[in-house]
Amino acid sequence: MSDTILELTDVSLAFKGIKAINGLSFAVRRGEICALIGPNGAGKSSLLNILNGVYRAESGTVVFEGEHFHRMEPMKAARRGIGRSFQNNALFSGMSVLDNVIVGLSRHAKATLVEEALRLPRASTQEAAFRERAREVLHLFDLDLHAGTVVGTLPYGVQKKVELARAIVAKPTLLLLDEPLAGMNAREKEEIAAIIGRLNRDLKLTIVLIEHDIGIVLRLADHVVVLDYGRKLADGPPETIRSNPDVIAAYIGSDRAERAA
Amino acid sequence: MSLFLETLIGGVLAGTLYALVAIGFVLIYKASGVFNYAQGSILLFGALAFVSLKDAGVPVAGALAITVGLLIVTAIAIERLLLRPLTNRSPLTLFMATLGLSYVAEGVAQGFMGSQVRALDLGIEDLPMFLGDIMISQFDLIAAGVAALLVIALSLLFNRTRIGIQLRGVANDTLAALSLGIDINRIWQIVWAVAGLVGLVSGLLWGARQGVQFSLSLVVLKALPVLIIGGFTSIAGAIVGGVVVGAGESLAETYIGPFLGGGITPWFAYALALVFLFIRPAGLLGERQIERV
Repeated sequence: MSDTILELTDVSLAFKGIKAINGLSFAVRRGEICALIGPNGAGKSSLLNILNGVYRAESGTVVFEGEHFHRMEPMKAARRGIGRSFQNNALFSGMSVLDNVIVGLSRHAKATLVEEALRLPRASTQEAAFRERAREVLHLFDLDLHAGTVVGTLPYGVQKKVELARAIVAKPTLLLLDEPLAGMNAREKEEIAAIIGRLNRDLKLTIVLIEHDIGIVLRLADHVVVLDYGRKLADGPPETIRSNPDVIAAYIGSDRAERAA
Repeated sequence: MSLFLETLIGGVLAGTLYALVAIGFVLIYKASGVFNYAQGSILLFGALAFVSLKDAGVPVAGALAITVGLLIVTAIAIERLLLRPLTNRSPLTLFMATLGLSYVAEGVAQGFMGSQVRALDLGIEDLPMFLGDIMISQFDLIAAGVAALLVIALSLLFNRTRIGIQLRGVANDTLAALSLGIDINRIWQIVWAVAGLVGLVSGLLWGARQGVQFSLSLVVLKALPVLIIGGFTSIAGAIVGGVVVGAGESLAETYIGPFLGGGITPWFAYALALVFLFIRPAGLLGERQIERV
């Protein structure tokens, strides 16, 4: 296996003529946590959406596990082992925690519709295996007690854990997290950050995440890519990012702009 | 009092059929976010295919099996030729597509099977039954029983199987469902096929009462107020809505009708639906839309 799991070369994407991503290139090494940071509108979410096939890059190439993305779609991406979470918690709110996590296993389903409808042996075995795997992951996240609870009734911090559980239950090789710490208090942020760190260490999961909390990002990530207006501003280990004058300027600059607005 | 009860019970029983028709809409609306105008035509198509096969001498079980097979093939064709190419288009575009589909389905059905009224005998005799001094139509009772069984089967399918869980996932958040590797095209095929089967059952029950003919496809117009009252996104809502419309219609015809010169059944459901639109636009059990601004 090669050391690089994901490689973007000169990727661009525009919406109605406005460049969301402009000639972006970077690589993600196997087993690292790569953080995408940058002000709002820098193109971070668009980039994540390219990586799981929601959008298609207009030019440039994306290579995942040595294979070129060709007409990528979210379902295909999931089946190739790219899992993700969403910015505003895209859980199935009316369903139980356990059911949410079981849906996360969809890409591993082998039994056919007829087998499932008639409850033939292969379907029952698969169902039992799915349940067990889902319970295992709930345990990992300390969610055992909530298995039967309807997700929509849980506090936001717990929901975020359910979403992470659902994203990793199918054992993805690459996990994309869109602002996993947004909307949380300091204690919850620490807890989720610790979980992300553990997923990366214990499961050897490669993670690409978007996060605004610079303090946590610089502690958690092995590799930081800074975006601004769809371009790459900086790319490297946290130590070099911290002292990069362009990054400092961009952040302070955007702060001022926000205050002025 | 017995007149009231008789009217009420007759209305409720008729309402279960409205509910059945409405469920076909709800299933598709939940899974693909489209109001399927063609549901009535597909219902007619199913009923007509069954009658034609039966009239041609095919035994009932065989005719039923072939019709079900036809509906499944139709569902797959609709998904491939209509839904897949129109993925991510606006709901109005999809609605227009189902409008076109309804003409195609009707045209094909009548082209192959003729447009004259076909009698359908399901072997259920419509004898009145008496419960004390209340008269109940035996046919209505059996039809309501069949509808209830179908609803139970559907709820088992959607709550107990993984397909059902996936379907609810798709209905809840399509993008998230896709990102987890759910094959949405497959789910659409299944849902359209199930909706077709629900349509077939309601088509056969309606057809047995009023003959299988073009006007059967107009039950769509009966389902609309039911959906407005019950909510577009809830099967339970469709049942409640159907019963409310059935009972309301029947009571109104008996008690209010005479003062208005009779014949209020055709529009009463719409008037009721209008009231609901004012006070509860999402319907009794539908999901309220929350717009984030």
